[in-house]
Amino acid sequence: MTTVLQDPPAPLPDDTPLVADRPATRRRVGFGIATIVLGLITLVAFGLGSESGLDATFVFSRASDAVQIPDLTIPARWTGIVLGLVIIAGGILLALGVLGDRIYLVFGVALALFIVALLAWAARGADVSIIGLLDGTLFRATPLALGAFAGLLCERAGVVNIAIEGMLLTAAFVAALTASAADNTWVGLGGGIAAGALLGAFLGVLSIKYQVDQIIGGTVINIFALGITSYLGARVLSEYPDLNQPGAFRAFGIPGLERLPLVGPLLFDNTIYVFLMFALVIGLWWALFRTRWGLRVRAVGEHPRAADTVGINVLRTRYRSVMLGGAIAGLGGTWFTLDATGSFNENMTAGKGFIALAALIFGRWHPVGAFVAALVFAFSEELQTRLALLDTPIPSDFLLMTPYIVTIIVVAGLVGRSRAPAADGEPYVVE
Amino acid sequence: MSTATVDATGPASDGGTNTGVGARLAALANGLIIPVLALLTALVVGGLVIVFSDPDTLDEWGSFFGDPLGALEASWDIVYDSYRALWNSSLGSSRGLSRTLVEATPLALAGLSVAFAFRAGLFNIGAAGQIVIGATCAGWVGFTFDLPTAVHLPLAVLAGFAGGAAWGGIAGVLKARTGAHEVITTIMLNYISYRLLDYALRSDAFQPAGRDDLISKPVADSARLPEVSFGEITVHAGVFVALVAAVGVWYLLERTTVGFSLRSVGANPNAARYAGMSVAAMYVLAMLLAGGLAGLAGTMNILGRPSFSLTGGYYSFIGFDAIAVALLGRANPGGVLGAAFLFGVLRAGSTGMQAATSTPVDIIVVIQALIILFVAAPALVRSIYRIKAGRGTSQNFTTSWGA
Amino acid sequence: MKVELRGITKRFPGVVACNGVDLSVESGEVHALLGENGAGKSTLMNILFGLYTADEGEVLLDDSPQVCHSPSDAIGAGVGMVHQHFMLVPVFTVAENVMLGIEPTGALGTIDRDEARRRVVELSDRYGLAVDPDATVEDLPVGVQQRVEILKALYRDARCLILDEPTAVLTPPEIDELMEIVRQLADGGRSVIFITHKLREVARIADRITVLRTGEVVGTTTPGESDEQALATMMVGHEVQLLVDKTAPDPGAAVLAVHDLVVDDERGHRVVDRVSLDVRAGEIVAVAGVQGNGQSELVEALCGLRPVQAGSVRLDGADVTGRSPRQMYDAGLAHVPEDRQRDGLIGSFPVASNLVLNQMRSRPFSRRGRIDRRAVRRHAAQLVEDFDVRTPSIDTAASTLSGGNQQKVIIAREFVHAERLLVLSQPTRGLDVGSIQYIHRRIVAKRDEGVAVLLNSSELDEVLALADRIAVVYRGRLVGVVDRADASRELIGLLMAGAVDEAAAVEATGDEEVTVT
Repeated sequence: MTTVLQDPPAPLPDDTPLVADRPATRRRVGFGIATIVLGLITLVAFGLGSESGLDATFVFSRASDAVQIPDLTIPARWTGIVLGLVIIAGGILLALGVLGDRIYLVFGVALALFIVALLAWAARGADVSIIGLLDGTLFRATPLALGAFAGLLCERAGVVNIAIEGMLLTAAFVAALTASAADNTWVGLGGGIAAGALLGAFLGVLSIKYQVDQIIGGTVINIFALGITSYLGARVLSEYPDLNQPGAFRAFGIPGLERLPLVGPLLFDNTIYVFLMFALVIGLWWALFRTRWGLRVRAVGEHPRAADTVGINVLRTRYRSVMLGGAIAGLGGTWFTLDATGSFNENMTAGKGFIALAALIFGRWHPVGAFVAALVFAFSEELQTRLALLDTPIPSDFLLMTPYIVTIIVVAGLVGRSRAPAADGEPYVVE
Repeated sequence: MSTATVDATGPASDGGTNTGVGARLAALANGLIIPVLALLTALVVGGLVIVFSDPDTLDEWGSFFGDPLGALEASWDIVYDSYRALWNSSLGSSRGLSRTLVEATPLALAGLSVAFAFRAGLFNIGAAGQIVIGATCAGWVGFTFDLPTAVHLPLAVLAGFAGGAAWGGIAGVLKARTGAHEVITTIMLNYISYRLLDYALRSDAFQPAGRDDLISKPVADSARLPEVSFGEITVHAGVFVALVAAVGVWYLLERTTVGFSLRSVGANPNAARYAGMSVAAMYVLAMLLAGGLAGLAGTMNILGRPSFSLTGGYYSFIGFDAIAVALLGRANPGGVLGAAFLFGVLRAGSTGMQAATSTPVDIIVVIQALIILFVAAPALVRSIYRIKAGRGTSQNFTTSWGA
Repeated sequence: MKVELRGITKRFPGVVACNGVDLSVESGEVHALLGENGAGKSTLMNILFGLYTADEGEVLLDDSPQVCHSPSDAIGAGVGMVHQHFMLVPVFTVAENVMLGIEPTGALGTIDRDEARRRVVELSDRYGLAVDPDATVEDLPVGVQQRVEILKALYRDARCLILDEPTAVLTPPEIDELMEIVRQLADGGRSVIFITHKLREVARIADRITVLRTGEVVGTTTPGESDEQALATMMVGHEVQLLVDKTAPDPGAAVLAVHDLVVDDERGHRVVDRVSLDVRAGEIVAVAGVQGNGQSELVEALCGLRPVQAGSVRLDGADVTGRSPRQMYDAGLAHVPEDRQRDGLIGSFPVASNLVLNQMRSRPFSRRGRIDRRAVRRHAAQLVEDFDVRTPSIDTAASTLSGGNQQKVIIAREFVHAERLLVLSQPTRGLDVGSIQYIHRRIVAKRDEGVAVLLNSSELDEVLALADRIAVVYRGRLVGVVDRADASRELIGLLMAGAVDEAAAVEATGDEEVTVT
């Protein structure tokens, strides 16, 4: 038998990366088609199907703004038609490859135009306050973002936190109770944060010390929180209603800056919660990616054994992260009773904790990403409320489903591409 | 990030010398210790919660130093009264026992649903939503048509099963094709199902003529589950459906090739794949069957219990109870039946307890949560009671966000 | 730094990993710790590095006793370790990995990245370990990752360096580089302990050699005083036959015909680049190459576990390109996977179930969906006996078996099915010599039965021992198919490193006719 040595047609230099043609074409075409469908819906439902002659007015300013931006009045039907055609065109161009690989950009723009057309259609013959819309978005995003941040801290250190829902609920209850008892909302705030931290410690003990499956441990906390808050709510709060009047935080503005047009009311005139949310986005980003503490937390979440061999205390780092995460979730929980409604109701979190988790995954376990994701979810919620008010033919029950459907789409479409911290969910065994 | 459950095609080995009835009984006893202790501890802690949330008893404690015995007596009294009322309305009378069995039926079916999914490596938190959809479908068939019982009843049951299966199947397909974690998708589907139910209850197809509240038309007589009596105990036929389902699930998992594939995928999806099994297909199948079982749970309720109508509050805690039942029953059908019975006792007894002592029914949820907690953390129970870790079967249902 | 271990004993439940081990290494000495898998080498070094605590005995560094309860203690005392499975965070950069745990910080704990970068560059220049401090570790080739591990130890002023099986993942040229670095570090006054089970390396690098067997020191010697045969005997305890008894192959028709196969991985990288290969009945073809050059992906694609982008695969003439694992199995393919615990067995299932894992759906084990448990048990009992699987019973969970016996379970299962084509990936990784010899014998026996055997192994010794023909893979391409008669260690090594021209030169010095395509 002979030996055969093959002469490679083109010898590869050592640092040539082995990259081949990408199967990205299919994805691009898929998104292109999705865009075209979006455009068709816009064209038909918001354009051709809309009554003619009605105008929608977008209001951009408040009376107190330093500079008044004029209102924008557009004919609803034409807006629908025009934007629909634009979106369809964009989809065709994307599918054909003319627009290159900018899939997310094109789809994002198409989505934005879709929403504009939707608003125009829903608001035909009436006013729509854009400031109100965005302000409402910020408002609703708060528990979601704070919940996502809580999950972020836990998961970056390697502990899956499904118990955000339970933490939110418990903190809401504790906040209502303590604030009412002490007649001071700040006490309520502190109480809620403490409750969250305590539950975080509990989750830590369950998953780190007793190595209970983290998803089960989290579910147990959720069930427990629901049960105990409902029980105590029925027992204590109904019997003593003045223990359920915690009062609420009021919004306050930063003088001067709050009168800037558009930006002013959004960024500089809010409750303490929104300000804290902004602070946390920046703070968490900086802490996780610029400080020693952050590097170590991330090392523990990605490769705990490597961290162990350089002297980092894996278990202690995890405990601390979980408790800190719990505290942030506690803060988020107090929003429900100290800001949103002013009193505690049974199961008032209604799944927001899980939506926060989805926001975390959507945001790829990054503080800024999670924040943006929370805004997206909150926007869909806000939109749904507005549409319900604007008397659209869609039944309110279906509108109420929107945030949940959006969550599913997000999780189904993006999880495969998102990458959790490598050691997420695995208990660390110290030998 | 793999999933592992305990499996045995034969008896668990203990060194090869002693397989047989003795060893099996020992293993059984070993497996029961933790759940029994969990229950005991939960009752004790629950008792403490009762004591410290009752205003009158708290008053007694306020004057503890003046009259210590009084405080202790009052505490004992309220706990004893509460639990005795619980006993009376659940096991202590034939009416109670009937109620217990009827309460236990949907719990057993829903628990089987969750347990079945566990064995395939999936966490079916969506049982609640599947119950709702199942009940809605069964109810709709039940009050929309007018057919002879022999046709109507099976049709309604089938509709309930199919509805739940489809609802569960959505999550299964999503997981199989996109890797979307079933915990999030099923929870979202739960909330969507509640809104669908609300919508349905407001629609003309469901609402009885002339009424405006959120309650549907009652199911026709021809679609209702027949009543069965043993002596003084009266239950509806759904109890048997639950028993048959448990046997069916056991047989499927332990004696068929499909069940073997499901268990393999649940225990080690990588090895299952290498062995030629289709992990994606198993996920879908598991969620379809699990959804169907949960759908049956809802069906039994609406076709078997008085009022025979859908109400807005259909999504009570039963979905979460199912998880507790599955965990307590260690994901095997026999255990699930036992756990469902226990929870049936708690549920049946709680209304009587609330009536007798004004202790709110929600304490049941607290006790249940405690039970799950202790069952899920056997190490916790062991450290409380200082039991050494024997050759126990330990179960991990770890699934993480990635594949 | 002088390192001495006296009377180290370490027990784990059911096994004594180290029993009264004495070891001493002087400054500037390269000391090889030799032993087969499971002999206790890693355990001993883990004790030195603080990951375990010895039950008895003491550790002396520069003649003073040291007790290290954790790696930090050991690092502080000047001991550094380069692990077999790297302790690097894949998503971090080189600099981040090197400085982890002792980061230079500024205000409020902010990391001073410039300072860290500077120090890494300085160190890498000083020791000739070229790295880019800002590169992400998971994108680096394995040889460079190892350099990062060494830098980590040097960053912390290691005066004793422990290297655990460092050559397992290196190409021959990279191994040469490593040897030079080790020599240089030793010449600088450090003591280096080199854990390996490869006899050849020991001769090249070691000043002294200590052989461990089942946790005890068998002897300490130097390369001058003993040869490979003597060392092998010390490692195993009895005369070892280093080569398998093999008659010349008598190949028949081609069973497996692969033509221009192209496979891309999940990230779009081309990992198998137009590979063509034939495996005939009655011959063993080995796919050789350093791990990570596409062999695993090639084998996975052949077994239906990976999608194929282009090319064709034919089994007995029938086109089976891109079929599912189930279909490949039905067509007559048997596969022993690389990672036995992850892919080959279900640990929590009993041995009996594992022995029929991929056959449950066929007769006689099931009929119309119903499992025949007696048939399963009968079959299992037979196999356990035939293949000498040591297990308390067929109902024991597979995870409790030793590595060698777990592998035997998989081998039993697949060999019974293998009638046309048998594919094995790293079949003897991590096993003791006895199991290795047994498995090698059975592979040759299968070949002699007329089965076509495709072996994927990164152990050059195994390849040279078993193969009739050797196909070398480098960066996804087939750079040579060499007859065993023509194959020398040097030739194969050069091909594995992609040095095709040098390989051709070596080939040309032989007497055979060479066809270069």
